[in-house]
Amino acid sequence: MTEATHPGPKQIDGAPPSAADGREVVIRVRNLVKSYGPRTILKGIDLDIHDREVMVIMGGSGSGKSTLLRHLMALEQPTSGSIDFLGRDLCRMSGRDLYDIRKRMGVAFQGGALLSSLTVGENIMLPLREHTDLDEQTMRVMMRLKLEVVELAGFEDLIPSELSGGMLKRAAFARAVIMDPRLLFCDEPSAGLDPVVSSALDDLILRLRDALGITIVVVTHELESAFKIADRITFLDRGEIIMVGSVDEVRNSRSERVQNLLNRRAEHVTLDVDEYLARLTGENLPADAP
Amino acid sequence: MPASARSAGFLDLAERIGRRTVAGVAEIGFAAMLLVESLVWAITGHARRQPVRLAAIVEQMMEIGVMAIPIVSVLSITIGVMLAIQGIYTLRAFGAEEKVTLGVALSVTREFAPLITGILVAGRSGSALAARIGTMSINQEVDALTVMGINPVRFLVAPPLFAMMVMLPALTIYADLVALFGAGLYIGADLGMSMSTYFDRVVEALSINDVMHGIGKSVIFAALVALIGVVNGASVSGGAEGVGRVTTRAVVQGISAIVITDMIFAFAITR
Repeated sequence: MTEATHPGPKQIDGAPPSAADGREVVIRVRNLVKSYGPRTILKGIDLDIHDREVMVIMGGSGSGKSTLLRHLMALEQPTSGSIDFLGRDLCRMSGRDLYDIRKRMGVAFQGGALLSSLTVGENIMLPLREHTDLDEQTMRVMMRLKLEVVELAGFEDLIPSELSGGMLKRAAFARAVIMDPRLLFCDEPSAGLDPVVSSALDDLILRLRDALGITIVVVTHELESAFKIADRITFLDRGEIIMVGSVDEVRNSRSERVQNLLNRRAEHVTLDVDEYLARLTGENLPADAP
Repeated sequence: MPASARSAGFLDLAERIGRRTVAGVAEIGFAAMLLVESLVWAITGHARRQPVRLAAIVEQMMEIGVMAIPIVSVLSITIGVMLAIQGIYTLRAFGAEEKVTLGVALSVTREFAPLITGILVAGRSGSALAARIGTMSINQEVDALTVMGINPVRFLVAPPLFAMMVMLPALTIYADLVALFGAGLYIGADLGMSMSTYFDRVVEALSINDVMHGIGKSVIFAALVALIGVVNGASVSGGAEGVGRVTTRAVVQGISAIVITDMIFAFAITR
């Protein structure tokens, strides 16, 4: 565990990637910075994600967790820094290499992101259709197998708009794992779901990890869900990682910012007079304004 | 008004014009890039094991072309009859009603059929394309395609672009025939000319260049409508309201681009 009350870019996740348990580092992020104009969203992120672990990335609204996830999925280019996936830098990869790498990643988006013009079954078979030469019957068998795993057997002929929120997310999981990826990203899997469905999705994530042996990165702000599924939790606050550790380490953390997030206490930022006036007049917005 | 305030207002206006100009140029560049990328995927897709799927193009051809046949028929026959009425009315002053076939034949094949079909497809399919891409962007479906290793240009842009470039000329040829038939019905009834005589005169009046002039324009209109739809759809922001905004923008820009291109085409080719 690494914990910092006043974190700098190099203060987190100091454990060597393979020293403790010999597990491979699947994703290694180093000094990742992302700025949009004068606003810096990610301020030097360093992070290692190990093989077959469930890493939960937590943080409040505007903490940068969604931006970090988009970088891990290679949907955005960082301002500086590197992201290695199995030793290969995603930020400096050619389009063709990225295409190959992406076949080894799966993503379950917050709203499912199933193509509305296709049926559930066609959505799940889409990566197979695009990346393999499998015949239709084999693809259908594989699709039904994944639907069984996510407990949606028999729903393949429905269109996405006919599914409930929880079913949509489970279908998205089925599509995300149809190519048996090495790495699965889940964006807010519990958002907008009732506690029972949310808990069932947590179980599904753990089942997928155990059954398929994949590394899973989950972005969420649901504490209960995070504590249930996480092997390790990364806390992001205002574009900085303030802590990486196991569930117990996070619970027992003495960091005020971590405890504020855990106990849902709003943190009031005190501005100096000049900064306050600059905000009011809209001039000279500080470069690191949140 | 103080001089400093006037100066600030002028600078503000200049900045806004500059920003809009840069945004416009960026959109044109994006559209050109989409066109080139679509062509590259069509040519190299098979070799890269990521072909532009024929089934997707055929599906779009059905949607853009075949499903538009009823409304194209109605509009074309109306245009044909309207041109015949106006032509006979104008030529009657000179006692030259018989020459109406020449005017109708040239007007329909060179101008009205491609123009009306282009505007119709812009309103029908260009808007649908913008709304579809916009909704997909908002619902993260485009991101989902990207992370699945499926190129969005190959999957979403190339099929409707190629389908439109095939179906708009096809619809234009169909509109030529229907409009000429509609005009023939009215001319036959008004001037007592038989349909066979009418079509003989139409064929006599037209050259292959006249027909190709209209068809050539329709290919350009097709590319414009498709690319404008995609560019607007891809620029969506702000949820459902944003989708509505880009859809309207796609129709307005599409129709404007068609009319302006038509004028440029006429200026460059006809004179």
